[in-house]
Amino acid sequence: MAETHNLQDLRHQAAVASKVYVQRDYNSGTICRFQTKFPSELESRVDRQQFEETMQTLNNLYAEAEKIGGKSYLEGCLACMTAYTIFLCMETHYEKVLKKIARFIKEQNEKIYAPLGLLLTDPIERGLRVVEITIFEDRSIGSGR
Amino acid sequence: MLHLRVAEPMRECEYSQISTRSSTPMETPYKKRTPKRRKWQAFPGRNKFYCNGRIMMARQTGVFYLTLVLILVTSGLFFAFDCPFLSLQLTPAIPVIGGVLFVFVLGTLFRTSFSDPGVLPRATPDEAADLERQIDVANGSSSGYRPPPRTREVVINGQTVKLKYCFTCKIFRPPRASHCSLCDNCVERFDHHCPWVGNCVGKRNYRFFYMFILSLSCLTIFIFAFVITHVILRSHRYGFLNTLKDSPASVLEVVVCFFSVWSIVGLSGFHTYLISSNQTTNEDIKGSWSSKRGKGNYNPYSYGNIFTNCCAALCGPLPPSLIDRRGFVQSDTPHPIPPTNGTTMYGSTQSQSHMMCSGEEPVQDLSCCHTPAAE
Repeated sequence: MAETHNLQDLRHQAAVASKVYVQRDYNSGTICRFQTKFPSELESRVDRQQFEETMQTLNNLYAEAEKIGGKSYLEGCLACMTAYTIFLCMETHYEKVLKKIARFIKEQNEKIYAPLGLLLTDPIERGLRVVEITIFEDRSIGSGR
Repeated sequence: MLHLRVAEPMRECEYSQISTRSSTPMETPYKKRTPKRRKWQAFPGRNKFYCNGRIMMARQTGVFYLTLVLILVTSGLFFAFDCPFLSLQLTPAIPVIGGVLFVFVLGTLFRTSFSDPGVLPRATPDEAADLERQIDVANGSSSGYRPPPRTREVVINGQTVKLKYCFTCKIFRPPRASHCSLCDNCVERFDHHCPWVGNCVGKRNYRFFYMFILSLSCLTIFIFAFVITHVILRSHRYGFLNTLKDSPASVLEVVVCFFSVWSIVGLSGFHTYLISSNQTTNEDIKGSWSSKRGKGNYNPYSYGNIFTNCCAALCGPLPPSLIDRRGFVQSDTPHPIPPTNGTTMYGSTQSQSHMMCSGEEPVQDLSCCHTPAAE
């Protein structure tokens, strides 16, 4: 069978026990950044360092999306000159990074969190307000996984 | 044959089929065929949506149509009555430049009016419950009465900023966000609600708004100047009264432009100042970062120099819309089960399987969910 835990199997067998929310960290201003503080509810489930690493990588990705520098200025000026019609054909830098983030979260879920009975929800589905972590009760019956 | 007919309106006989199936969603043996709704159809704020969710505006759009009419009529009259004379007497570049400005003005107006200003989606029920729990723990109070206004303090760049809790959206507002009472939404980097564009001006459409008022100032001054030129040149040749007779529209244009110029150019100047100091209209009106409030009061969001502030506001990355208007409303997401009740548990797992089992056997009972996946 597949090495990585199938998320569909998880949903079939497990029931949701609770949800933990990691809030935004506004200490650096309005940029998108989540608190890296380890929630106490996850103490028994996941390694602290692993979780903090995930959050740090996520924060770095968001920082990359919102970075103001030469490339973003170029994109902005080009867009302005084409009256923003250029975005009908190409994606903004932010959107590209958001796709990268979605892939990252999926990969983290499959490799690390699903085997532990957890599921990270992409923050964009919660309006970039929180990182929602669903804790599943493992209720597998029969040939349990 | 006498056919006594009472003259009553013929009523259409409508027969409705009596459903022999049970109507409870959970017990129906067939997959629930609810039409897929897009998220904009279930949007809780007071907004109007057009083109299947692509266009988003405030509820009151009357003044927006007035703006549009004023721009179209004045420009139209300019191109029809003044440009022919001017392009012959002076240069054909005049209508060309006018045309470019006109297109730019309309483009930025539509972009400002129709796009999402940066609306923050409301908290899901689970999130709201989690926040309430945290606040109750912090306050040490029990539910039953409304606790004092909830705030959180955060230090940004050395300045203490208070984050307020929004009772409508059930979130702690990010810094610089504000709740628009007209649209009933929390908007990020809320500047103001502009009735002239029929939308809020916030993080995602501020640059378009600024370019709109800037280009409109240019267009207004352009039309004003060239209409006056036209009238003067023509009066030299044919006399003033004849000029008015030949081109009556010019008078209307001059009047409209004269009154618009003051307000629009003034507004452009004001927003240029706001952009260069990286403030919002909201903050400026409240005097949030004014030195009058205290000696150590300064704007923590400013980058320090005018050039960087301008670049950041106008050429920075364009954030995506957080409300996903055209996405489809998901069926129930899994909710945490309360301690015992079997029926509720059935409810959540059933909907979970409903999500996952699309196309498969419809879920009727728990046993289906608990069978280990055969794949």
